[in-house]
Amino acid sequence: MNESSFVPAGTRGLVLREGLLWEKGKPGRSAMSIPESGVPSASLPDDLAGPGPDWPNLSEQEVARHYTRLSTWNFGLDTGMYPLGSCTMKYNPKINEILAALPGFARAHPLLPDEAVQGELRLMHALEEYLAEITGLAAASLQPGAGAHGELCGMLMIAAYHRNAGSGRTKILIPDTSHGTNPASAAMCGFEEVKIPLGPGGYMEAATVRSLLTDEVAGLMVTNPNTLGLFESDLADVISLVHDRGGLVYADGANLNAIMGYADLGRIGVDVVHINTHKTLSTPHGGGGPGAGPVVVSRTLAPYLPGPRVVKNENGYGWNHDLPLSIGRIHGFYGQFRVLVRAYAYILSLGPELKKASALAVLNANYIKESLKDLYELPFDRPCMHECVFTDGRQKAVGVNTLDIAKRLIDLGFHPPTIYFPLVVNGAIMIEPTESESREELDAFIAAMRQVAREAEENPDLLLQAPTATKVRRLDEVSAARHPLLTGDMLY
Amino acid sequence: MADQKNFSFPDTLRYHTEHEWISIHPPHRVGISDFAQDQLGDLTYVELPEVGRRLARGEEFGALESTKSVSPLFCPARGVVTAVNEELAEDPGLPNADPYGRGWVIELKPDNTEELEDLMDALAYRQFIETAGH
Amino acid sequence: MRYLPHTTEDIEDMLQAVGARELDDLFAAIPPACRRQTPLLLPPPLTEWELTSHLEELAAQGGGDWRVFLGAGSQEHHIPALVPYLAGRSEFLTSYTPYQPEMSQGTLQAVFEFQTLISRLVGLEVTNASMYDGATALAEAALMAMRIVRRVTLVVSSLIHPHWREVLATYLAPRRDVNLVVLPAAADGRTDLSSLDSMPASCAPAAMLIQSPNIFGVFENLPASAKAIHTAGGLLISSFTEPFALGLSKTPGSLGADIVCGEAQSLGLPQGFGGPTLGLMSCAREYMRQIPGRLVGRTTDLEGNQAFVLTLSTREQHIRRSKAVSNICSNAGHCALTAGIFMAAIGGDGFRKMARVNLDRAEYLKAGLIRAGFAPLFSAPTFNEFVLKAPAGFAAVHRRLCRKRILAGFPLASWYPDLPELKDAWLFGVTETRTKADIDALLREVT
Repeated sequence: MNESSFVPAGTRGLVLREGLLWEKGKPGRSAMSIPESGVPSASLPDDLAGPGPDWPNLSEQEVARHYTRLSTWNFGLDTGMYPLGSCTMKYNPKINEILAALPGFARAHPLLPDEAVQGELRLMHALEEYLAEITGLAAASLQPGAGAHGELCGMLMIAAYHRNAGSGRTKILIPDTSHGTNPASAAMCGFEEVKIPLGPGGYMEAATVRSLLTDEVAGLMVTNPNTLGLFESDLADVISLVHDRGGLVYADGANLNAIMGYADLGRIGVDVVHINTHKTLSTPHGGGGPGAGPVVVSRTLAPYLPGPRVVKNENGYGWNHDLPLSIGRIHGFYGQFRVLVRAYAYILSLGPELKKASALAVLNANYIKESLKDLYELPFDRPCMHECVFTDGRQKAVGVNTLDIAKRLIDLGFHPPTIYFPLVVNGAIMIEPTESESREELDAFIAAMRQVAREAEENPDLLLQAPTATKVRRLDEVSAARHPLLTGDMLY
Repeated sequence: MADQKNFSFPDTLRYHTEHEWISIHPPHRVGISDFAQDQLGDLTYVELPEVGRRLARGEEFGALESTKSVSPLFCPARGVVTAVNEELAEDPGLPNADPYGRGWVIELKPDNTEELEDLMDALAYRQFIETAGH
Repeated sequence: MRYLPHTTEDIEDMLQAVGARELDDLFAAIPPACRRQTPLLLPPPLTEWELTSHLEELAAQGGGDWRVFLGAGSQEHHIPALVPYLAGRSEFLTSYTPYQPEMSQGTLQAVFEFQTLISRLVGLEVTNASMYDGATALAEAALMAMRIVRRVTLVVSSLIHPHWREVLATYLAPRRDVNLVVLPAAADGRTDLSSLDSMPASCAPAAMLIQSPNIFGVFENLPASAKAIHTAGGLLISSFTEPFALGLSKTPGSLGADIVCGEAQSLGLPQGFGGPTLGLMSCAREYMRQIPGRLVGRTTDLEGNQAFVLTLSTREQHIRRSKAVSNICSNAGHCALTAGIFMAAIGGDGFRKMARVNLDRAEYLKAGLIRAGFAPLFSAPTFNEFVLKAPAGFAAVHRRLCRKRILAGFPLASWYPDLPELKDAWLFGVTETRTKADIDALLREVT
């Protein structure tokens, strides 16, 4: 691509002012029809009765304008490329939104008798089977509410397994490239984290793991491909070592999008993996959830899955509550059902072509890596999986850092990559394009990154002052943390 | 890098390898060095210990937070906490602005003041941060 | 495939650029022992139209068209068309957690407003950006209280939703140091607080966990609960499954709760067979550094404009890792946005009126059922759910109504098999979605 022909997507636009909700409206307005009760009026005793919340009263159009204006200050995946490493911001199919809103699903009370909800149960049963097939494992539960909740669920199962075996194992091995959720989830189960230092090749080495293994180790938590976007080359050996010492293996499925149809977690020896449906299976992230974090397990851990479990029986589908080893419920009902509907629809839309989605995700990441490595430092120059990690090593010399590069990309019309993660890489810039981005879009992103590298040399102020085209400029995060104002009513 | 920034390390203090200082004369205040505050950036919150708590040398007794990091505080000497800097609650940036003055963190009653001499003096500490590759 | 934009030519060019011959070459880093040996055994890809037919068929076998007289943690309320319409704008729906505040001010301001409106609803100063659901919020609240008070005994009302207590038990299973003291039901349908006085000093509690209205639909005595647990040096965690009750009642914060958690599915979210819903978590200001989850704060940008940003992040897993207050990362952000739009749409006045409709209709059904031979079990006031003892033969009526796709209550004995007084007790719920005509029709069926 001819770099001089690059026209950034970021340009000007009318940004409308919009105050806070309670600065609008007045008593007497409402944006919702309130029915008459039509029956005799009742009341609460005085000691209970209260005034109700002090919420503003707005008309329907006031509400519509308020949130529409707010939405224009946001950048979504439908707005532009969102190469946020480790977050797998792939396209969110629109039909899936419509299907998840079908009244048969959306209006179903979770305590209806089994015969009333055969459609829901059949979908869940099939989805569990598909997830088992995609991972190569034996059984699944759809209950966990998001990825970290799936991690917690997996670690609770590992803890229950060892408790049942009568062993008081207390430690969990976790590579130092891991997401923070891994050690945090382990800690919630009372486990102590033992860090596995990264090997020189960008993966954990079997010899290192061997030296850390003791009979106190309950298991290993591993993200594969790891957060450097590299496949854990020693993984099969590492897992054998852990199993030989009586430990179990938890795989963080955050990066599953790299390996569908290519790697077999069952063969590798994984005991439990969670799947972020809002990453690999295209459900929208919604600005912070709801996700869903189904867990898929080996035969060893299947009896420990949360309950109740959906089962197929002579009458169709139903719930099995008779699960003596189960860790129990981990969600108020059965999980984020309408998120799972979207994941199910996505799997059926691609079927075996999920493998191609992984292949193209990996192709896109390698294409970016090859196209930028002459201008950005690449700490591990080997073929990557679905994401690649650069650093600001070269740009630092001229006084700009990863944050400045990220902020400048905003002005050029891109959501920045994940920055300063993984922690083991200084000034990390972690790019995950996903398979959704076309070659033209990748070329535009590459041109933007190249322009930023050039600007860092020629006019670093463009980076240091960025962003300038957004609703707001860089924020005073220090004051926000020193004197937190978490609601409109909080004062200092 | 340390030289370029002209960090100050007063001679009346002794320094720990984790970058805390302690004054050799009573009251034995403890804080973080100019170098440490620069590395941490703008502090947003200081987690303080309870007065009366007994601390071992090298024991973690609190933490300094910036917007994106948490750094534990380590006690440079054996002793008992006799006071904490209450001003830090309102103004956690004091260790940035005045690391050896209003930015002190705790006051310690050392079990044995002679042990303070095992810590680094200003010159040794300056050499330490230069050679440690900071 | 419509979601995969690469043409054959694109793939060939790009493979050449990365120095590979074919796509499978890109996976050379996967050791043979880790490779999948068989193709993915999944149904062949469906077109959008085939997919739609298939899902419509499943939905037709779903429970969405039942007329339900039950809440029990999942409430049917009217949702203005405005709410899902605005929440569905893809600038909101397809964005990630707002890590880059300059291009996420829409989400951030909306969450800040949500935090404010929920704080006003529950009467506590600090509210986070949401939890997965009410049950997990309760479990996290318990962990939070144990961190704050540095004690390991929890006093738990048996009248908290049974599923929520199960989730709490799941979270606490690896914590062998934790003691649970369960408070039984009193004769009036409230939690029996009397055993608190006789608790040995050695079981100093970290917190009391209570739900109001409780699983019987009964308003708990929060002032007495607060007094009892505060005297023992612990915190009061008050939870709820039906926020509309707060349209007519005093706030838990004003009655002494230190932490409030709840399920806010009622605020504009469909029941959706139980998920996704919206977990709430609020606390007094002094505990804000121990609250799990995301917090949005108000600040300024470098030009002095008002702006919003995720703050107090040092509590969280991505910074504090194993010492974080929780492992939570993604929460129920879009559900919080939706609830914010709902609260804006209904407004304070509308919320009070709608709560009144709920109370009136529930009392109307309650009175009608009593006339039809049901017996009141508990004397304490209720909101839009209540428990009655059914006359003989009601189980058969219930089954007959199920065939007409009407769910007439829930048998509490299945949740409380050890309580003989609940043998024929049924839990009923009525919201504004059940009209007087619906209620009269039900009453004719049971009479």
